[in-house]
Amino acid sequence: MTPQNKLPLSPHLQIYRLPLTALLSVAHRATGVVLGLGAMVLVWILAAAANSPETYAIAYQHLGAWYGQIFLFGLVFSLYLHFCNGIRHLFWDVGLGFELETVDITAKLVIFVTLALTVATWLVAANMAG
Amino acid sequence: MDNLSTPLSKVKGLGSAKEGTGHFWHQRLTTLILIPLVLWFAFSIASMPIDHATLTTWIRQPTVAIALILLILATFYHAQLGIQIVIEDYVSTHSTRTVSIILVNFLCLLFAIIGVVAVLKISFGS
Repeated sequence: MTPQNKLPLSPHLQIYRLPLTALLSVAHRATGVVLGLGAMVLVWILAAAANSPETYAIAYQHLGAWYGQIFLFGLVFSLYLHFCNGIRHLFWDVGLGFELETVDITAKLVIFVTLALTVATWLVAANMAG
Repeated sequence: MDNLSTPLSKVKGLGSAKEGTGHFWHQRLTTLILIPLVLWFAFSIASMPIDHATLTTWIRQPTVAIALILLILATFYHAQLGIQIVIEDYVSTHSTRTVSIILVNFLCLLFAIIGVVAVLKISFGS
């Protein structure tokens, strides 16, 4: 073995444990795409409501079913994750919060606020439903 | 001379895509407008029964209709800009990339129009 081969290798993406910020970056994109599709579904439901109470009743039934509830919960969670991380991005855009410690704190803050807002929205909705 | 740009193209600063920082900037502007709109929408929908009568009565309020249309337009513009970036980053085949971006543009435009027309139909319908 030549000394050159003993140099540390850069780990492959699948082996390297991604830092929280990298995971959030991937999640930001994934939730962004999910939200785009979700927005189309919501517009479709809105169009059903504009069409007639009967067509809306079909959409309403689907939303109340277990898969509709999973869809709504996923959408709300995705919305808040993208929302919080998006605000984090705005701070970066004006040059704030690039220190490694700050980046780590804001990453954890994003996850915390996302969970808090998701639970808060779900509680408001559950309270409404009675 | 290591820069072949003409003085005019340098001062315009629009680059080869001919839109300069427009894409980046519009993504940020739509983010700013979406912050209050998204919170308002999520908590409004969560805090009312969403049967047909309640929902349409809510949408018939002019302020709600205005905010909803703004939300729909900002959302689909923001989505179009964002998904385009994702496609540009991960779809490497030039033809597939171009076709996907055009498709996303059309879909976002189409759904924005459907949404706006639906709000207006509910607002002005009997």
